[in-house]
Amino acid sequence: MGYTENELAKDLENQEYKFGFVTDIESDKAPIGLDESIIRFISNKKEEPEWLLEYRLKAFEIWKSMTEPSWAQVKYVQPDFQAITYYSAPKQSKKYESWDDVDPEMKATMAKLGISMEEQKRLTGVAVDFVMDSVSVATSFKSKLKELGIIFCSFSEAVQEFPELVRKHMGTVVPMTDNFYAALNAAVFTDGSFCYIPKGVRCPMELSTYFRINEGGTGQFERTLVVADEGSYVSYLEGCTAPQRDENQLHAAVVELIALEDAEIKYSTVQNWYPGDKEGKGGIYNFVTKRGICERNAKISWTQVETGSAVTWKYPSCILKGDNSIGEFYSVAVTNNFQQADTGTKMIHLGKNTKSTIISKGISAGKSQNSYRGLVQIHKGAENARNFSQCDSLLMGDTCGAHTFPYIECKNSSAKIEHEATTSKIGEDQIFYCLQRGISEEKAISLIVNGYCKEVLNQLPMEFAVEAQKLLAISLEGSVG
Amino acid sequence: MIKIKNLHATIDGKEILKGLNLEVKAGEVHAIMGPNGAGKSTLASVLAGREEYEVTEGTVEFDGKNLLELDTEDRAREGLFLAFQYPIEIPGVSNVNFLRTALNEIREYKGEEQISAKDFMALVREKSALVELDAKLASRAVNEGFSGGEKKRNEIFQMAMLEPKLAILDETDSGLDIDALRIVAKGVNTLKSSENATIVITHYQRLLDYIIPDFVHVLYDGKIVKTGTKDLALELEERGYDWIKAEVEAK
Repeated sequence: MGYTENELAKDLENQEYKFGFVTDIESDKAPIGLDESIIRFISNKKEEPEWLLEYRLKAFEIWKSMTEPSWAQVKYVQPDFQAITYYSAPKQSKKYESWDDVDPEMKATMAKLGISMEEQKRLTGVAVDFVMDSVSVATSFKSKLKELGIIFCSFSEAVQEFPELVRKHMGTVVPMTDNFYAALNAAVFTDGSFCYIPKGVRCPMELSTYFRINEGGTGQFERTLVVADEGSYVSYLEGCTAPQRDENQLHAAVVELIALEDAEIKYSTVQNWYPGDKEGKGGIYNFVTKRGICERNAKISWTQVETGSAVTWKYPSCILKGDNSIGEFYSVAVTNNFQQADTGTKMIHLGKNTKSTIISKGISAGKSQNSYRGLVQIHKGAENARNFSQCDSLLMGDTCGAHTFPYIECKNSSAKIEHEATTSKIGEDQIFYCLQRGISEEKAISLIVNGYCKEVLNQLPMEFAVEAQKLLAISLEGSVG
Repeated sequence: MIKIKNLHATIDGKEILKGLNLEVKAGEVHAIMGPNGAGKSTLASVLAGREEYEVTEGTVEFDGKNLLELDTEDRAREGLFLAFQYPIEIPGVSNVNFLRTALNEIREYKGEEQISAKDFMALVREKSALVELDAKLASRAVNEGFSGGEKKRNEIFQMAMLEPKLAILDETDSGLDIDALRIVAKGVNTLKSSENATIVITHYQRLLDYIIPDFVHVLYDGKIVKTGTKDLALELEERGYDWIKAEVEAK
């Protein structure tokens, strides 16, 4: 890799302490560990209604009776859940006093990603003093969304402003009993995003968590709820391509999507959390539960580009409840050095004529392990259900691993299920062929990898796709030869 | 154009080229023939800069520059083109995207401007017609799902697009039927000029009926052991290589 994120990380840590952001935080911090009083503390701090506190406490009781799952193809030291601070007031994002103070390597990385200067400044927290700064852009977007009746705000804000909507939908797709991390999240989540698209409204822009990034930290137990009412459409973007650092090692988010009749939700993620250093030290554990439910004629499409985190455990899924509903999963998961990813999807076909498509592209380099794990489940009543799955693995070098665990459960004989899988190696032959045509090695890898991921990248919104392409190239720099 | 002196090259410690000498001038076509295992493809790979091969002795001067000091991609950018014996597939990368990247990298190296989309597409139309390559193939992924003949024509199409100074055709005739052979040869002949040169590596003299060489060399046991004209190729066709081997061993 051209830059080491470890150095970058160190710099960022030093920067933060240099500017002394620990002040005033003590009083707003929960004691280390987790018990009922901590949950009450969190709920109280956020001035939550009684029902939400009860919801949290119930989740906590359930979580205590659960054990951490161990079936994934990943190895890591289990986090000590009593050694984590579950609440601290949203920290100020790392700020630099001027653009000159920003780490040059970080600048170089962002320049490589093609992030505009203005965007670069915003991402590093440098105050932007142009008239058209990001805040005013975000504000103008917000007023436009408001006109259409679209709600897009932080989860905490939604709890205060739209308690009925939150209460009605929260936990309906990912119940607190779902799994160990989902239960933990339900008990201790601090914030996240909430989005509601009213009936028949087509959201005219990509909704991006970008706009909200400075309005309060996302935290390690994030919760996102997207509700698309009947006949509406929304494209939602999560994450960003710039390397993201976080002091919290464990991230256990929950994302719930609800697509009511005839609605469509497109949810795109680019995840680039700190993956640990080249020796495999440090890095984020990303244990996320993402699921959507489709009513009649509804469609949910997950697209993810996963390049970061030390350990990833993530299966964005669709419950195809309504007749004629459609679920899609497009994924690129890159692992390098000592990264481990166990990711895939679940397509649960309940309704008639439901259709699902799974396109998964794994890329493994270094000493990493990359697994696809998927479940296609056709229930009794799912007449004429169809699924197409394609799981490809690309290996770079001979010290990495790729694994595929496709599960199919079919209880209706009218279903059609297709599964294709390939494993290939990025060939020295391919690289040589490119070099012989005058293409540099860096560009060659980028071409080959992007060609391999094309079906997935094509699903991303344009601006995101361009950045994601560059991100893939950077993540794999120096992996061949 | 290219001057190869006493070239020795090994792969995995085994010496394949054992003191090869060859000079090719601008405007010339040279054919290199020889039995299996003589080192024909090794010569192509070494000149193109394939990493597995190690040059242990000798010099190669290409257009006034020390070729062996140049990186693989810089050799290409200086105008050395290798038409592969087995063209490589790159799934998901369209031929046009691939060529546009290549062309722009070469232009950048030469300090020239990037080619505009309009000029590029015009060039694609012109050059694909030259090798009768279906326009659809130009937008398909590089060599993916191409027939053997299409792959070879695609190599010549790429050569036409990149306009190299020196083209090395490594067994471009293998696997071609007579019609495809004629099309490939027509492409090569059309691109021929007093400014560029071609090295044709082949097993059979058949291709040389269409691409007339100025010189024919016989490569045997890592060296060029005999040089002649088109007639030498015909003689080889008739008598095989045994008499050459006998001649070499008698020396």
